[in-house]
Amino acid sequence: MTSPAKTELVTVNIDGKEIAVPKGTNVIEAARLVGVDVPHYCYHPKLSVVGNCRMCLVEMGMPAVDPATKAPVMDPATGCQKINWIPRPQIGCATNASPGLHIRTQTPQIRDCREGVMEFLLINHPLDCPICDQAGECKLQEQSTGYGRGYSRFVEQKNVKPKRTQLGPRVTLDDERCILCSRCIRFSKEIAKDDVLGFIDRGSYSTLTCYPGRKLENNYSLNTVDICPVGALTSTDFRFKMRVWFLKQTNSLDTESSVGANTVVWSREGVIYRITPRRNDAVNDTWMADSGRLLYKAVRAESRLTAKDSLAALLARAETILRLSPGLAAVVGSGQSSVEEQFLTRQLAHALNAPAYLVSRTAEGDGILVSADRNPNVRGALVTGLVSDLPQPYLDDLGEAIDRGDVRTVVSVGEDLMAAGLSATQLAKISVIQLGTQVCASSVAASVVIPTLTVFEKAGTMINQQFRLQRFAKAVAGPVGAFDDLEVLARLIAAAGGPAEPSDLAGVWTRLAAEIPALRGLSYAAVPETGVVLDASPWASLPFVEGESLHHRPALVAASA
Amino acid sequence: MNLKPETLARIDEVIPHYPSKRSATLPLLHLIQEDVGYIPQEAIEWVAARLELQPINVYEVVTFYPMFRQKPIGRRHVKVCRTLSCALLGAYRTCETFEREFGVRRGEVSADGEVTVDFVECLASCGTAPVVMIDDALHEKVDVARTQELSAQIRREAAARS
Ligand code: SF4
Ligand code: FES
Ligand code: FES
Repeated sequence: MTSPAKTELVTVNIDGKEIAVPKGTNVIEAARLVGVDVPHYCYHPKLSVVGNCRMCLVEMGMPAVDPATKAPVMDPATGCQKINWIPRPQIGCATNASPGLHIRTQTPQIRDCREGVMEFLLINHPLDCPICDQAGECKLQEQSTGYGRGYSRFVEQKNVKPKRTQLGPRVTLDDERCILCSRCIRFSKEIAKDDVLGFIDRGSYSTLTCYPGRKLENNYSLNTVDICPVGALTSTDFRFKMRVWFLKQTNSLDTESSVGANTVVWSREGVIYRITPRRNDAVNDTWMADSGRLLYKAVRAESRLTAKDSLAALLARAETILRLSPGLAAVVGSGQSSVEEQFLTRQLAHALNAPAYLVSRTAEGDGILVSADRNPNVRGALVTGLVSDLPQPYLDDLGEAIDRGDVRTVVSVGEDLMAAGLSATQLAKISVIQLGTQVCASSVAASVVIPTLTVFEKAGTMINQQFRLQRFAKAVAGPVGAFDDLEVLARLIAAAGGPAEPSDLAGVWTRLAAEIPALRGLSYAAVPETGVVLDASPWASLPFVEGESLHHRPALVAASA
Repeated sequence: MNLKPETLARIDEVIPHYPSKRSATLPLLHLIQEDVGYIPQEAIEWVAARLELQPINVYEVVTFYPMFRQKPIGRRHVKVCRTLSCALLGAYRTCETFEREFGVRRGEVSADGEVTVDFVECLASCGTAPVVMIDDALHEKVDVARTQELSAQIRREAAARS
């Protein structure tokens, strides 16, 4: 892989522009830095370099030196050192920066090369862009604009290959569109560690295939769709649903675990059509799990909670309940809430003078981008002071308090109390004020249900396993009858007799920056797109459940290693 | 995988000749095809396990080389060269004659399981085109008359065996 060594910088010259880059950076990446686009297909920054598509051809030269004395040979015309240009083009993806390297990408020869490569790539291509899902985000289509012929000189028959192979449950392959770049093969082997794809019948009939009897069904299979530069690999879920150029892109986070993979949510007119990964070299590189791409289905799920009553009416009922048994309330917060919501949940617990609980969700981590902690934001609850210790899977303490009669009212911020271990008998003894987005046992048993928003319908931040504070933005509007979590919490605090708390993101951040030591000096707007790592030392001794994964080594493991 | 003990011994012997196990893929496939007559899918998986590869890696190799067969062939393998010199001097006629003689199409096994006729690429005997290899024996200048003689000979040998 091409992660260049951090240390030594070398100066290269690309189309006349000098730039210092880390030694070993390849020409495609170096050119990107000076704003020069080197078209490419097979090269991918996070995969090994194979150099098989030939689209990235460039002219390459080195400063001339006298073979005997090694003294620079000067060019009398310019007064500069003479450059010896290699007569034949070289591939940029496999050419690494070395001192004095000169690259030309805009010469007639290179134009010729690109046109030639494009003509070959298109010879067997079905040219079915009008019915192809990749249209609009297809590298072949893009480069055709610049380097295609516009008409074909090919009079022979095109190859006929399989048109709709189900490579696995989520990926469909059109072999005629495949340009044999092998990105999908390398991804499966190098990143997903599931080497099932390959080229068979190599030659004029080279065909991408999955080994007979095996399937491309690992939880990362859809990344092959993302990196396929053409429309050969398509998502069975997204296929034929929507033209990509109609879709609005919103930066978001994968909330399925504490990895916090960065994502883009693609929506149109309030409807989400797909989720894809967003590059963050410190978190998820350019990948995400398939499971995280389905989370948007919760937005329009059958089980979605909405209210017929106004928020004011719901809050009035909640207030009555809270007044009924003062001093006998408990608050169950959530590791799925945002940092801002967790802060207000904490304030709610303070206002009620009530203990706050959190429910853990754990499962085995996959060592890549799904960690053992299936709550995306347990660290947010720690940082905001909602809880001071790691959560347990079951609310046994709360159950005992209910049995003792110490708790008569529970405010649950999105957690299903039944799933968290409270029995039906215990639920029957208390009044539940349930916030949440989906119907669950505890919303059914609740005295008041206040429907709230999914992560796609609001903005906020979460803190991942690296203690990296990351933002998510609002992609679509929430449904009628669901209310913004911050507003609900702020008004509940007021109903509980607490001080006035802001109900908007900027306002809550003013409070966070003032109140929370780890967030001092920060604001929502100031969090960079790639997140900001917080000082984790106050929680360094906690036995977090995560194991090692891409870009994360647990502190305790790292210390003992 | 049901391989003969000799094959297994030769496989064990050949693997350490290579700096990385992966490089032994081709020799192993040859040995297995010699033993079994073709490369069944089971053999692909067996070789992969033996060389610490994934089956797809071996499958790619098997499909790349035309000499590896994924289906059984007849007891006798008639390989007709169809590269330029042979093609110009009547390889197609030769091949078609073989097909008629044994009532079989190229690539298929005759009904009695005796013969498979195939086109192959240059057998490096272009000066005596058209040439044919029957199993391991090269036959030169195989015109129609010679094709009929060779076919008759194959039939005689088959009859003698039964
Ligand atoms: S399917 Fe796509 S990613 Fe895979 S080899 Fe073909 S063009 Fe490349
Ligand atoms: S990108 Fe360089 S050869 Fe494909
Ligand atoms: S062309 Fe047939 S042997 Fe060379």
